[in-house]
Amino acid sequence: MSSRERNEATMDLVTSRKDAAPPAGAPSDGAATAPPDPRVRRRGVPRLVLNLIAVAIGLGVWALLAARGVHDLPGPVAVGRRASQLLGDGTLEGDIAASLRRVLVGFLLGTALAVVVGFLMGWYPVARGLFEPYIQFFRTVPPLALIPLAVVLLGIGETPKIFVIFMAAFLSSVVATFQGVLDVDRTLIDAARVLGAKDRTVFLKVVIPASAPFILVGMRIGLGAAWSTLVAAELIAAQEGLGFRMQHAETYYDLDTIFVGLITIGVLGLVMDRLLLLAERRLTGWQERR
Amino acid sequence: MTHKISFRDAVRTYPVKNGTFTALGGVTLDIEEREFVTVVGPSGCGKSTLLGMAAGLVEPSAGEVSVDGRPVTGPGPDRGVIFQQYALFPWLTVRRNVEFGLRLTSMPARERRARADHAIELVGLSDFADALPKTLSGGMKQRCAIARAYAVDPEVLLMDEPFGALDALTRVQLQDRLLDTWAKERRTVLFVTHDVEEAVYLAQRVVVMAARPGRVHTVIDVDLPYPRTEEIRLSADFAALRNQVWHSVYHQAPANADA
Ligand SMILES: Nc1ncnc2c1ncn2[C@@H]1O[C@H](COP(=O)(O)OP(=O)(O)OP(=O)(O)O)[C@@H](O)[C@H]1O
Ligand SMILES: [Mg+2]
Repeated sequence: MSSRERNEATMDLVTSRKDAAPPAGAPSDGAATAPPDPRVRRRGVPRLVLNLIAVAIGLGVWALLAARGVHDLPGPVAVGRRASQLLGDGTLEGDIAASLRRVLVGFLLGTALAVVVGFLMGWYPVARGLFEPYIQFFRTVPPLALIPLAVVLLGIGETPKIFVIFMAAFLSSVVATFQGVLDVDRTLIDAARVLGAKDRTVFLKVVIPASAPFILVGMRIGLGAAWSTLVAAELIAAQEGLGFRMQHAETYYDLDTIFVGLITIGVLGLVMDRLLLLAERRLTGWQERR
Repeated sequence: MTHKISFRDAVRTYPVKNGTFTALGGVTLDIEEREFVTVVGPSGCGKSTLLGMAAGLVEPSAGEVSVDGRPVTGPGPDRGVIFQQYALFPWLTVRRNVEFGLRLTSMPARERRARADHAIELVGLSDFADALPKTLSGGMKQRCAIARAYAVDPEVLLMDEPFGALDALTRVQLQDRLLDTWAKERRTVLFVTHDVEEAVYLAQRVVVMAARPGRVHTVIDVDLPYPRTEEIRLSADFAALRNQVWHSVYHQAPANADA
């Protein structure tokens, strides 16, 4: 997302192209004697260092608060000990696996359907007219409000949990896909048609790649929604899972375990988001600006 | 003999709030095979609409547009179009852009590659065949778009202000290159521009349009020899023609009231 990363990507492209002129501003007398680009230095390295410093400060403040301030607040050490206990007896692994499975299944089904429906709505005015009222309506209903309905209709197994996560992912990402299809540059479609492309080819070779950036943004939103629905979905008579574990701990006033759950959810969510961001960069690096 | 492109009372209207707006109010114009015709006129007089009709991207509301004697029913690879805003597929490299039209045919990969490389070479982009459009300058993008149109070997080139966004030097270079290729391969070219000098320099005939409603104002023959050179560009004959076109563009009788 930063302009530095974009610059680097552009420079890679230019320098790897054979016979190409060096990029503007590049030294012509060999890189060895060239001063380092100050912009790259100033912005790049310190940011990561700053991030780490911030994390360290956060941990320090937390430890301090736990040690002398807030009543009953467990410190980082206690939480770390609890985490390794839970890891040792396999509880945390089991919870992570159960939660990840629910989120991934719900997210994948939800965003896959969102892509299909979004494309149909963007491409066929009839489909738009048919789907729009339902999507607009369900978007105003928080996914969590569907839980009672899901339990009554789908019982208390895995299905209602995945269904709620699925709805959250679907509803939050379908609009992005739809918007992406609508926003495809009209001249690109014309350019393909005058080269002999028929509707099918226009759709596959122009509309899909052109709306890829929107779809990926939609998927990131969908993932966020799926993940944030997880804990509540696991209210439905779960036997394992991070959300379940935290609720269970709540009844025993087990703050250590609650913290372990919170941090695990945060870290896993961050990792998944970064993975999608990476995919987004790779798939949409052709964009002029972002 | 049938005309290459033929407009017969071609009309295009658009629905607006109170009634209809006549973008093009009945154009009759014939363009012969291998002819180079430029179109100039004030903004909004329907130049793009005219070109779009020949391309099959804009449907006439009345009248007829035909190519090779057959009514135009849609776009097709026999008519290459070059847009002002380049319209390159940004996710494809130069080569893949140029190959786009060829991939829609059953042409074997080797021949496709050879054809694409030839077109890329023709516009001088060989060193950038694997570059993405975002890394190209405006002039290079437009050359890539021209190569993409050449690759499918259309009989007609329809160009809508293709050099409008370029600096003067690049524009002159691309004009000369276009004339070179036209002299060799003799496609029929319909070229829209707002630049009077460019219109005269390139064309055998300049079509001057008027606005509200869009229509053909005058057609001016350019009796200058090819190849067109700097000498011709600076000649008195050229200046006289340019003045004549300039006059009919900028001193048009006021449009006949409401469109
Ligand atoms: N989709 C549309 N709906 C309504 N009006 C339109 C539409 N497309 C074009 N017009 C109108 O038709 C007229 C002719 O448009 P056109 O684009 O052909 O003009 P032009 O001569 O190419 O202008 P320019 O030199 O500015 O490119 C304009 O007045 C424009 O407002
Ligand atoms: Mg125009």
